Amino acid sequence: MKTILKAAAVLGLGLTISGAALAQEEHAAEATPHYPLVKPVEQSWSFAGPFGTYDKAQLQRGLKVYREACSACHSMNLVAFRSLEDLGYSEAQVKALAAEYQVQDGPNADGDMYERPGLPSDHFPSPFPNHEAAAAANNGAAPPDFSLIAKARAVERGFPQFIFDIFTQYAEGGPDYVYNLLTGYEEKAPEGITVQDGTYYNPHFISGPALAMPPPLSDGQVTYDDGSPETVAQYAHDVAAFQMWAAEPHLEARKKTGFVVMIFLLVFAGLVYLTKRKVWANEAH
Amino acid sequence: MSSMQHSTYTPKSGLGRWIDARLPLPRLVYDSFVAYPVPRNLNYAYTFGGILSIMLVVQIVTGIVLAMHYSANTAIAFDSVEKIMRDVNSGWLLRYMHSNGASFFFIAVYVHIFRGLYYGSYKAPRELLWILGCIIYLLMMATGFMGYVLPWGQMSFWGATVITGFFTAIPLVGDWIQQLLLGGFAVDNPTLNRFFSLHYLLPFMIAGVVVLHVWALHVTGQTNPTGIEVKTKGDTVPFSPHASAKDGFAMVVFLLVFAYFIFYMPNFLGHPDNYTEANPLKTPAHIVPEWYYLPFYAILRAITFNIGPINSKLGGVLAMFGAIAVLFVVPWLDTSKVRSAVYRPWYRLFFWLLVADAIFLGWLGSRPAEGAYVAMAQIGTLYYFAFFIVLMPLLGLIETPKRLPNSITEAVLEKHRRKAGDAAQPAAAPGHEA
Repeated sequence: MKTILKAAAVLGLGLTISGAALAQEEHAAEATPHYPLVKPVEQSWSFAGPFGTYDKAQLQRGLKVYREACSACHSMNLVAFRSLEDLGYSEAQVKALAAEYQVQDGPNADGDMYERPGLPSDHFPSPFPNHEAAAAANNGAAPPDFSLIAKARAVERGFPQFIFDIFTQYAEGGPDYVYNLLTGYEEKAPEGITVQDGTYYNPHFISGPALAMPPPLSDGQVTYDDGSPETVAQYAHDVAAFQMWAAEPHLEARKKTGFVVMIFLLVFAGLVYLTKRKVWANEAH
Repeated sequence: MSSMQHSTYTPKSGLGRWIDARLPLPRLVYDSFVAYPVPRNLNYAYTFGGILSIMLVVQIVTGIVLAMHYSANTAIAFDSVEKIMRDVNSGWLLRYMHSNGASFFFIAVYVHIFRGLYYGSYKAPRELLWILGCIIYLLMMATGFMGYVLPWGQMSFWGATVITGFFTAIPLVGDWIQQLLLGGFAVDNPTLNRFFSLHYLLPFMIAGVVVLHVWALHVTGQTNPTGIEVKTKGDTVPFSPHASAKDGFAMVVFLLVFAYFIFYMPNFLGHPDNYTEANPLKTPAHIVPEWYYLPFYAILRAITFNIGPINSKLGGVLAMFGAIAVLFVVPWLDTSKVRSAVYRPWYRLFFWLLVADAIFLGWLGSRPAEGAYVAMAQIGTLYYFAFFIVLMPLLGLIETPKRLPNSITEAVLEKHRRKAGDAAQPAAAPGHEA
């Protein structure tokens, strides 16, 4: 009886799962195409995994790419200059960097707003005075802020991949997406895909076949002083890593603390288990 | 068995006797958490009540500190959460504990509820205990939903818009209820303010109902995997150190998994869109609630047809609320004289199918409501209701249960004999009461 019931349960489960798989296929065939058209290719990141740390040289390069290639359109409102010390800059260097920006302050004693050089406590100033101005200057689509973009974009992993992700600690969907998008532009869209005027075909774009942003990077565009290759792929890697830092500045502290917590809880669990065993040793249960 | 048994607390110091004569709080604690007899055969499925109380404390403590830094104003709510993440000392830890804590609270409550369904914990005389648990679950859902709105991200805003929109399906008073919930005609600053206020209030209401839940538990005593009531003192062990050591071990293991998510996968259970500030002019491609509501979301969207005067929208809302409401009457739907699924082979089979069905519906809730997904959600919904409304009453009448042991102790010793026999060892020494 027991085996029959078990077999029936297994059969029921099997039917459900195969039904689900079937439906997924059917679904793929019928409805609207899924974006991105091409799934992102996973990259290797220094900050991945339980002991991941940021590569400071890479973050510095990423900052350079941001400042020279992105910041004319993309703001980074939540990031303060002072936090750039995380990238390995000294206090004096951060001060000098902040002072390169003009920041609006005020009102002063006369009631006037005025411009002054940036201070470490200031945040990166926006390239546009407001959202409407940003949209007006960019064909109606305001370029997104970069502060959290590495956590605000991720391509759905799907079943069963998302279950494996728990064990592999995959949490780099954001930077993977950014890298793939920046390197994913293609000159011509394949047949059957219509690209609207003023947009650029990119099969890695998350919400359509093409996006309003033209390819922002080209080989040799940003000069590196550390001998790293000056290629689009390298720029894309560096700026994606920089964005991850901007979105999750305490990632290193989180992972370091996590290791200590895990060790503590493991040892504690062992001790409590031994206690429990001793308590129950003479008690059949 | 009952906790109405004679109290064995004897204060040892003069001060203890003085307090005991005036406010016997130490006696209450001693009788409830030290001497309180629990069945000796409780397995780890029974540790989730303790785990849930820990999670409630974690959520309240982290939540109170987060509230010190959070601003419930649509203009600055999103940035205030980011300030916590960036500039508040250990703010990232508090916030990740709180957001993942909600998920782990629900993981624990789902195990707890399914354990109750498996072992028939809701059956007489524990109906009120079960209903109080259902009330806690409802309050948890309301709290979790309102908490998710507070960071004021895209999913916060659109989730709130969709879920409060359900209420407009109610005839006559629907629009009025929705406007009362929102404090206006759309999700906006008044909504955020009242949700914050209620999100702070409800956990304390949960704590209040938890007190009643534990009180009811201590009156009737716990069930156990055999479903047979405690008959003699030998069937039980004192709560401390036995149950407290076992619960303690389970709690630490649970916290280990919880910590893994906080420190290594803090955003795994969230939605990326919630890291984009709410924008009432831009609807996300797919609006999905938090994972723990997904089965109900699938049930809501499974009703795509009108039933007589009930249109599909109202039908979906009724089905969704009905899916929770049906839990309240489970004690009277189950007609079986045998409590535990251990002795009910057919019930056990359908129980595990219900678990699979709930996971299946959860997955469907995350899919767009189109094509074959709708049909599958309808099948899943049908089974969900059929389990409670048809199978539960029917099985109790037609199923032949297996032979029940005479007592908990007999079941325990039987298990030990079998184990010892399997290992081809001399019979293990039974417990000292045997």
